[in-house]
Amino acid sequence: MIRALFITLALLAASPLRAEVSITEVTSPNGIKAWLLEDHTIPFTALNIRFQGGTSLDRAGKRGAVNLMTALIEEGAGDLDAQGFAKARDDLAASFSFRSDADGITVSARFLTENRTQALALLAQALTAPRFDQDAIDRVRGQVLAGIEADAKDPSAIAARLSNAAIYGTHPYGSDDAGTAESVKALTRQDILTAFADAIATDRMVIGAAGDMTAADLGAALDGLLGGLPKTGAPLPAKASPNFQGGITVQDFPGPQSTVLFSQSGMNVNDPDFMAASLVNEIFGGGRFTARLMTELRDKRGLTYGVGTGLASMAYGESMDGSFQASNEKVAEAVDVLRAEWAKLATGDITQAELDAAKTYMVGAYPLRWDGNGAIASILVGMQINGFAIDYPKTRNDLVRALTLDDVNRVARRLLQPDQLQITVVGQPNPTPK
Amino acid sequence: MQPVFRIAAVMGALALPAFGEPVTEFALDNGLKIVVIEDHRAPVVTQMVWYKTGRADEPAGQSGIAHFFEHLMFKGTDTVEAGAFSAIVAANGGQDNAFTSDDYTAYFQRVPADQLGEMMRLEADRMANLNLSPENVATELQVILEERGQRVDSDPSALFREQMSAAQYLNHPYGLPVIGWLHEMQQLNRDKALDFYARHYAPNNAVLVVAGDVDPAAVRDLAQIHYGPLAPSETLPPRLRPSEPPQLAARRLTMADARVAQPYIMRSYLAPERNAGDQKQAAAITILAEVLGGSGTTSVLSRALQFDSQIAVYSGAGYDGVAVDPTTFSLIVVPSAGVSLADAEKALDETLAKFMQTGVDPADLARIKTQVRAAEIYARDDAGDLARSYGAALAVGLTVQDVQDWPAVLDAVTAEDVMAAARAVLIPEQSVTGWLETKASP
Repeated sequence: MIRALFITLALLAASPLRAEVSITEVTSPNGIKAWLLEDHTIPFTALNIRFQGGTSLDRAGKRGAVNLMTALIEEGAGDLDAQGFAKARDDLAASFSFRSDADGITVSARFLTENRTQALALLAQALTAPRFDQDAIDRVRGQVLAGIEADAKDPSAIAARLSNAAIYGTHPYGSDDAGTAESVKALTRQDILTAFADAIATDRMVIGAAGDMTAADLGAALDGLLGGLPKTGAPLPAKASPNFQGGITVQDFPGPQSTVLFSQSGMNVNDPDFMAASLVNEIFGGGRFTARLMTELRDKRGLTYGVGTGLASMAYGESMDGSFQASNEKVAEAVDVLRAEWAKLATGDITQAELDAAKTYMVGAYPLRWDGNGAIASILVGMQINGFAIDYPKTRNDLVRALTLDDVNRVARRLLQPDQLQITVVGQPNPTPK
Repeated sequence: MQPVFRIAAVMGALALPAFGEPVTEFALDNGLKIVVIEDHRAPVVTQMVWYKTGRADEPAGQSGIAHFFEHLMFKGTDTVEAGAFSAIVAANGGQDNAFTSDDYTAYFQRVPADQLGEMMRLEADRMANLNLSPENVATELQVILEERGQRVDSDPSALFREQMSAAQYLNHPYGLPVIGWLHEMQQLNRDKALDFYARHYAPNNAVLVVAGDVDPAAVRDLAQIHYGPLAPSETLPPRLRPSEPPQLAARRLTMADARVAQPYIMRSYLAPERNAGDQKQAAAITILAEVLGGSGTTSVLSRALQFDSQIAVYSGAGYDGVAVDPTTFSLIVVPSAGVSLADAEKALDETLAKFMQTGVDPADLARIKTQVRAAEIYARDDAGDLARSYGAALAVGLTVQDVQDWPAVLDAVTAEDVMAAARAVLIPEQSVTGWLETKASP
């Protein structure tokens, strides 16, 4: 699913590690678990809480309810209205963010050690006693509607919408999780309350923390922060049945360039071949200037400013996706090159030199991702969602190093499916790409 | 709720450096300034080289050459093939890139700390020994044209901002876009690029910032080995840009584009920048931006336009004083569905007028000061961000001392200072008001 591609990659690729990284599993007196990386260098803590399910839990006819609900959590809690809550939070110099996506809701908090107790008490209010005042609902609904309107004229958003609908059909991945103008206008306060009850519960909760907090402090804080939440929510969403039928769709949109989005089937993060697939993706369309597609489309031919691919291993479906933008008169050539590269890689033609370069990149990038308390808290959540062991950071690079040229070429042949490659073009390409 | 509009990303933010971390400053005999920021939490280092050369230092008629040249710095030297520098960074798991602004061009690598010497060797090499093939230059020209297509010509908000800047500056080159005007970009070539290189790229026009798990003495030794042998330029042009005449007329512009989904108003005012040893007024303007439009909930504009009335779905204020010459203070209002731009502008003006009468709410000021102090702590979490703060400041002529003084200067700002800054900046004759509207597709 294209919208969430980059979020998912961040979780997956997030591969610690500080030289002596040591993650602790903390369990509160009432049994709430969290992973913690202590670091007392800077007097603040980052806390990341993820509730799985997310906007895919929207009930029939209520598309956009979880998205709107999530945006409203910070708009007043307990005896504080939206203004009062924002002032209380800012007086503590804490920051809280609440974001929803197709697989979950993420709460990211950052608070100073000097007023940690007050900050956590305020966050607990938001999570356990959000007000969902009608005036806040109407105000934030206006912002959501403005966003939906903006997306209707955003070529990237248009491309993602067309592509997702074709691939995922009626599964929640097949539609925009902000909803439509019509569905959002119809949402009532009761719908918001229902979405909150469906989505925010401890049975789907994963927690990571990093920074200036001991295991004992965190364990003691978790019950006060999250003990008031309901134990169960709505059943988690079903797996998607994606249909990558191949072919190319062109949607007219004014402007000098076209946005091109492409997608085919992916691989689950728990598949034994996933690490090899990650190397294949890195060689093909990864983050380096030297990846094949960057070399062929940008460096050799000047067809685009940038191109990349990624493996989106979502909770309920997988895909391999990518995108670029190119001038309308260059799109057809760029698509031809893309298809040729896709077909070439599908034969398993990775060279030892390419593999070695990609491996040293992935191994070397490992410690570099361990970048600040906020990033680490998010990594700890991603590891738990992927079902990785707590000592995964110590073994991960060995998994990369162990892969041979035969492994990656076998997986390239398994992964790359030129017939499935589904291309969506939004713009006015001329000549028309095939 | 997070701001819906991408334009919000350029507004607001205190963007504060911190001084909790050890910072060391020195210079080589050839004039290269060096700043070392220690952060020993992870075995990682960021090297940044900042050239005191940007869009506003370009020859007339060659808008975009500074940015184009930034791309060409990746195209190889006498001894390092095109693309090889990036490949070496990637082989170490690192990241590299570069960026250009009005006032500077910066190149950076983030790599394992033990690779710093190798990064210095490569960065020093391309400061002096670039070797550009005509083919690579021609292809890269196509890449920057695509970049303009993607970042500007496909985005009506970006086109609108170009028009706003061009209207704001009557004489100063800040009115031209960093990426360049398309018709001038198309005329850029290898000779122009090499002239630009010869004029601006030299150790005495650069600042090296090293941040991460490093020892300042070791950085000094490595820098001496790699950058020390580079000869300084004796023909560096002074940074004297054409300056603004008195601005006597408020300007208005209206732009319509079929791709606009959400019309909005932007207003910009000419505003003074931070100056070495003299940052008080800029600090007051920074706080003014926070008071007026910093918080999406509690700022003056948000309260008036989104809470007390439902005129807007988003409002904000922005100011960044890190510049060589006078910069801008900006306001934005995105009206709610059914509210006209005229009514939104009227509400904005009424809100500003009322603010000029009632002044700063002391509770607002206290809350912003609390966040200023906390920002110093949070900023220490990202050594790369600190490197950018120091690098940008030094590249525009501020000093390490100015950067370290900045939080205290902000903290000393009084309510009277904020209102004096508002009176000095919010002058209609020095403003541009722009409406970005939608229009029916032809």
